[in-house]
Formats: sequence, structure tokens, C-alpha cells
Amino acid sequence: MNRVRAALPAWIAVTGLFVVWEAVVRGFGIREFLLPAPSVIFTATISAWPNVLSHTLATLVTVLLGFAASVAISLPLAMLIASSRAISAAIYPLLVVTQSIPKVALAPILIVALGANELPRVIVTFLVAFFPLVVSSVAGLLATPPELIELGRACRAGRVQELLRIRLPFAVPFVFGGLKVAAALSVVGAVVAEFVGADAGLGYLIQTSMAFFRTPLAYGAVVILALMGILIFQAVSLIERIVFPWSSGSEHSAPPAA
Amino acid sequence: MIHLAGVGKTFRGRDGAAVEALRNVSFDVAEGEFVAIVGASGCGKSTLLRLVAGLAPASSGTVRLGGQEVTGPRAETAMVFQAATLLPWADVLRNVTFPLRLMGRMARDTEDKARALLATAGLAGFEGKLPRELSGGMQQRVAICRALLQEPRLLLMDEPFGALDALTREEMSLELLRLWAARRMGVLFVTHSIPEAVLLADRVVVMSPRPGHIVDVVPVDLPRPRSFDQEGTDEFQRCARRIRGHIFGERAARAA
Repeated sequence: MNRVRAALPAWIAVTGLFVVWEAVVRGFGIREFLLPAPSVIFTATISAWPNVLSHTLATLVTVLLGFAASVAISLPLAMLIASSRAISAAIYPLLVVTQSIPKVALAPILIVALGANELPRVIVTFLVAFFPLVVSSVAGLLATPPELIELGRACRAGRVQELLRIRLPFAVPFVFGGLKVAAALSVVGAVVAEFVGADAGLGYLIQTSMAFFRTPLAYGAVVILALMGILIFQAVSLIERIVFPWSSGSEHSAPPAA
Repeated sequence: MIHLAGVGKTFRGRDGAAVEALRNVSFDVAEGEFVAIVGASGCGKSTLLRLVAGLAPASSGTVRLGGQEVTGPRAETAMVFQAATLLPWADVLRNVTFPLRLMGRMARDTEDKARALLATAGLAGFEGKLPRELSGGMQQRVAICRALLQEPRLLLMDEPFGALDALTREEMSLELLRLWAARRMGVLFVTHSIPEAVLLADRVVVMSPRPGHIVDVVPVDLPRPRSFDQEGTDEFQRCARRIRGHIFGERAARAA
């Protein structure tokens, strides 16, 4: 009940936005291919629904595979970076290089190299999403208070035990912070990849719709993308609350420095 | 039981210069004895404790525990830090049993012992709470229970009540004495509170900085069990004055 009440202002704001949008479009007689009204977007999306659904599922597959790849690669990478100064010094510059390359520029190259299939799209999604996850996980692993490490040493814990039983649990709130950012970025990555080379997906749908001035459908795809991002973000939050209940509260009062 | 002979410790500073933290420190702690170490900040008392704990090696001299040289952390010692240092993700019971689980020393009755220990520390009913749900004093009680559950021969305490308010601090001192009286273990207790040291200890080691060294060892001849009523006694005042004289006398001498 409390959570419903807490979400109320957000719902009112969103509903208000759509109401104003609808009123402005109707009131000023804005033409449909420039800015369609929410009601028009809704009917256009529903009338093309089976088609829209298949594109949504195609994008969702890319997003989830790319997100899964980010998690599977980022966490071990973060542990590697946190475990040794030399490894960190070797890997971190490479990571920064991958981040300085615009992924939109990389996408066509990857598609030529790897073929027009799911793989290059997943790789682009991964490249967009993984970096914040690595950075926040490393920050979490290194933020463990020295007293806690000392406690582990006083109990004669080895480096592996220290990593798995002290550093990793301590990093959980940080990891989830990174996961939430990565979840949102996965959707961005998937659409970027679909813009460049795909024959399905919401990114592809937006491009083909706009080519024929079917603006309402393109807007519909954008709304679905936003919903997808919100849902994945919320799913990550939900998992955090259920599996690591101590973590979700400590996010606001960041772990004490000492 | 512990025997320190000519212990020195030199750190290398960030600029590469050597910093001498301890010089020629020698003293003993007998089995079951309560020894407090008092000194101004920077006198190396925490460093000394870390050497005894085996968390850092001595640069010179030897630290022996039960006849064996200390070269690393040992199962016979347990440490309580200034901060409670609890695992934020584990409840009170799992925090208390954490060292034993880490060392693979869990027995069938360990959890029962932990519950009993928590009950004697006034924490019955809090076993399932997370550390953030406890007050500072309660968190430090959990940390003390965590150390006691290891049944150490030697308990090392590094300003364990330093982060607590004055009232909680007094309450915790008496509680610690009660827990200690029920066990046969030596305690090495670092503090910068002179009354606290005199109230708790059988002997008070007084240290002075730059480099850290022992200036006096003051035996406290007060009957046990101790209480705050004893603060008014001549013996208490005599001990406190003698310690204060060393700490502030040197400061005055240096200032002059």
C-alpha cells in the first residue's frame, strides 16, 4: 500500500504529460507525421500488433543476451582487476579504449566481419552495457573497509576466501548499482545495433516506419523500448530486494568510509 | 604467556623515509592477566597490538606467544577493533560465528554457544538482526562476542570503546570485566583513557611517542570485582596520577 502511494506522484506526472501532449497536438492541429497524438500512437501500434510484437521479441532477445554477456564477463573481469594492481594497470587502459570508440561507428564494421546475424548485435549491446558494470564492481571490491580485510587476515583467510567471503558480498550493492545502469544501456545498445544492421527488432521498425512517414508506429516502438528498459531495471531491483535485502537499503546511505 | 623482547618496528613512509614507530619494547602478559596499554596518540600502541596479533612483522626483537614466535595470525588470539567491523550482509548470529566458519572450526554446539554468549552480553533476541539495525554499543558488543566465541587465550582490544559515547563506554567496561572474569584468558587492551585503563587492568603499560617506547609499567592493586566506586580510592588516584604524570610530564618537558 505504501509503495503504491509512493509511486503515485510519478503516475500523475506521466499521465499529465500525455494529457498535455494530446491537448497540444489537437489544439494546434499539429500534423501526424511531425508529432502524432498519444491516442494516434496507441491505435497505430495496436493495429499493427502482431508485427510489433515480433519486433519487440527480437529486440528483447538481443537486449537479454547482451545484458547476460555483460554480467558474465564484467564480474570475473572486475574480480581480476581488483585482485592485482598489475592486472588492473594492464586492463584498465584497454577498457577505457573500448569506451572511447563510438559504438555506432563500430557496429557496421562488426556486421561486415561477423555477418548479419544476432552475434554482432549482442556484441554491440555488450560493448555499450558492460563498462559501468565493471567500474562499479571494481569500486565495490576495493571499497571494502580495511578493518574488514584485517579481520579476515586475523582469521587466517587466504586471498580467495577474502575475495569470496568478504570483498564480493561487500561489493553487492555496488554491483547492483552497475547492473541497473547496464540494464538501461543494454536497450540502447540493442537499438544502436539494429539501426545499423538488422531485419527485425524495434530499432529496425523505427527506421522502416520513418522511411514511409509512419511516424505514429515509430513513436509506438519508442514507447515500447522505454517500457522494456523500465521493466528490466525494475526486475534487477526486485532481484536485489529479494536475494540481498540488506543491500537495497544500504544504497542510499552509502557504505561508511571508515 | 606473551613475551615481547626488544621489539622494534620501522615503517617506510610514502616519501621513502623510514619512520620508527616502536623501539625496544619489552614486557610480558601472564596467563589470564588483564594488561592495558595507555599513551598519547601516535605512540605506537596500535602497532604494538598488530605485531602481537601477527598482522604485521616486527622489524627487530621477538614476540612470543606460549613459547612460540608469532609469525602470522594465530588461532589463540582474537582481536576487537575500534570500529565494530561487522559484516553488513550477515545477521548478528552469523557475524558472531563468522571467524569460526572462516577457519573451518564450526562444531555442532557452536551456534548454541554463540546464542548463550549473546544472551550474557544482553543481546538475546537480536540474533536475527542486521548490524545496521543495532546501536553503536550493541554493535561493539557483537564484535566482542565474535572475539570471545573463538575462545582465545589472548584477547587483543584496540580502543574497543573509543567510538562509543561516555555512558555506553562505562557500561561496556564493566560488562567486559564480567565476561573476562568468567574465562581464563589474557587481555591486552589499548586505550587512551587513563581511568578506563586503571579500572580494567591488573597492570598498565604507559607508552610515549617518537619513537614509541615504554616509560613505565604501573601495577593496579585494587580488589576485584572492580566498580566505579573504586575511582575514589587512594590506590586508584595514585595509579591515575602516576600515569598522568608520565604522559603529561613528558609533554610539558618537551614544550619547555
